[in-house]
Amino acid sequence: MTRQLMLGNEAIARGAWEAGCRVAAGYPGTPSTEILETIARDYREIKAQWSPNEKVSLEVAAGASVAGARSLSTMKHVGLNVAADPLFTFSYTGVNGGLVIINADDPGAWSSQNEQDNRHIARAAKLPMLDPSNPAEAKEFTKLAFEISEKYDRPVIVRTTTRIAHSQGPVELGERADVPLKDFIRDPKKYVMIPAHARPRHVFVEQQILKLKEYSSQSGLNKIEWRNKKRGIISNGVAYQYVREVCPDDSVLKIGMVWPLPDELIKEFASQVEELYVVEELDPFIEDYVKALGFKVKGKELIPICGELTPEIVNKALNGKDAEKVLPEYAGALPGRPPGLCKGCPHAFVFNVLKKLDVVVNGDIGCYTLGVLPPYSSMHSQGCMGASIGMHLGFEKARGDEMARHSVAVIGDSTFIHSGITSLIDMVYNRGTGTVIIMDNRVTAMTGHQENPATGKTLMGDDTYELDLEMMVKACGVKRVVVIDPKNMEELEKVIKEEMAAPEPSVIMTRRKCILKK
Amino acid sequence: MKNVIFAGVGGQGVILASKVLMEVAQKKGFDVKESEVHGMAQRGGSVDCNVRYGSEVFSPLIPKGGADFVVSLEMLESMRKIDYLKKDAVLIVNREQINPAPVEIGAMKYPEDIEEWLKKNFANTVVVDTTEALKEAGTRKALNIVMLGCLSKYLEFEMKDWEDAIKSLVKEQFVEQNLKAFTLGRELIKS
Repeated sequence: MTRQLMLGNEAIARGAWEAGCRVAAGYPGTPSTEILETIARDYREIKAQWSPNEKVSLEVAAGASVAGARSLSTMKHVGLNVAADPLFTFSYTGVNGGLVIINADDPGAWSSQNEQDNRHIARAAKLPMLDPSNPAEAKEFTKLAFEISEKYDRPVIVRTTTRIAHSQGPVELGERADVPLKDFIRDPKKYVMIPAHARPRHVFVEQQILKLKEYSSQSGLNKIEWRNKKRGIISNGVAYQYVREVCPDDSVLKIGMVWPLPDELIKEFASQVEELYVVEELDPFIEDYVKALGFKVKGKELIPICGELTPEIVNKALNGKDAEKVLPEYAGALPGRPPGLCKGCPHAFVFNVLKKLDVVVNGDIGCYTLGVLPPYSSMHSQGCMGASIGMHLGFEKARGDEMARHSVAVIGDSTFIHSGITSLIDMVYNRGTGTVIIMDNRVTAMTGHQENPATGKTLMGDDTYELDLEMMVKACGVKRVVVIDPKNMEELEKVIKEEMAAPEPSVIMTRRKCILKK
Repeated sequence: MKNVIFAGVGGQGVILASKVLMEVAQKKGFDVKESEVHGMAQRGGSVDCNVRYGSEVFSPLIPKGGADFVVSLEMLESMRKIDYLKKDAVLIVNREQINPAPVEIGAMKYPEDIEEWLKKNFANTVVVDTTEALKEAGTRKALNIVMLGCLSKYLEFEMKDWEDAIKSLVKEQFVEQNLKAFTLGRELIKS
């Protein structure tokens, strides 16, 4: 067996390849992006693609699955919100070829707008979720997920967190399995969810979850490591590694399948230890479940609910030990080093002008969100991918024409394609008169320069149709469309003033290549 | 187990430095774990990599008070890692200041006493001046490998192990330059 050091995300790509996956689709999002990049670079037997957003990517993967192929969809945690609509109903239809969804949570919000705990989504959508604790498991669990998916007719979610996805460790390499394309059998009762079909499928889903509950206790994904029985700790993901490091003598119930949870194993473990603890990042997901089974357990009164865990947090919580401080406190003030727009960044030109004009800016997700920080301090709302234009219309509806004359929405090229187009249609349709700046830097920059429908290249490196953004916004009904190089700040200022003043919807496209793009 | 933290500013190449160390340790038969941060933090913000190797490594994160080495590619960044130092650790710092945004806009001052303070409070502080080495290497981009060269003087691995790892991880046209940078880094540490 060959062993190789791999990033968790590279290990997942390898796992999909070894499992015979044929189709992979996703949308970039830290910490999930490298999975598809690795597939496109190293595992070209898999047809990999960036979709315009996560919902589409899941639908592409689900289509491939129904058509008989093992398929994969990758996204960050908030991306699964976008894909929630197909997710909840593909839970009913189930799969043909195995369908695996990689969901990357981000405790600590290293590169995200929130710290949501997507274990709740697995439970709500009634889907099995695997939760690896290192890169080696990330590969093995991904492979296994395809088998579980086909055996139990469920899409399967593999959940990572930043410290799994962006952590490196040794991974055993295997060969690619020869998994033939399954036959596609026309079966509307399974694949067409009209109410009459959905009702019996719901019964089926509940039956499968009960079967999976048994599997969860028996499969070895969840396992008891008996050591000293005075204290028993239930833990999952990277938190398990912290527990092993700081509590080497305690018994541990390691959770590798976080939904459905293993009732029998939990009962066996909880009834034999003197004191029971749950150590998990984010919400008391396992803790609440264990309490519902009737056991007394300590968890979130000791382990923080906010932020990511570290070995020293777990050491302090469980052992009462503080880290040894070798150096005294530094008395002076240490300036922080927040991230910022690069020198020469095209977005910076736009924010310099917006700052000067002192207008309200409804923002969006991308590098340009850094326009909220000094020296620009020019962003006043932002929530999720594509929100800027809808919120901009809401501002106008609430505060009238005066607001629309002194505000703009800003959104990047990739984010506009992801989920800004429908909001622009809404602005025109519902007679908004606001100004939208599409900051077109010709790439999906923040996540590390991925291609998108407006770059004219696919993930696999093929030439393709380059989406014409001007034609797109005109088709939405916007008559005033200006394309401008933002480096020409004098002209840009004039254009922004003119377009804000115009009592009809307008789009300014500030077009200049990302300074880091070759 | 050995615990090494590489600290720096986004774009300085701490990830490559840690990859080379991991490769060496893995080839020597150690279990290796590493943790890094991508995405928004990389846009000129503080970045770090944790590398751990030994017979069996659990956590990919080094706990506070658990680092055997902190290698900082920038002065100020070293100060963010002092809580991680073990008593007998070695702190290797590149004597270079990169102004963070609050200093650039005049809201704060870059602390001038870092080197003096570190040397006074932590005996195993080694501050290196990489200016000449980088000139000789022919590129400022090789700073990460120069600093790795410094670190290598304290580790048990042989020169050949490092060379093999650099060759396997660096693009072919940059191998010579990086090998030179590595050697220049070693020479910065008095044996």
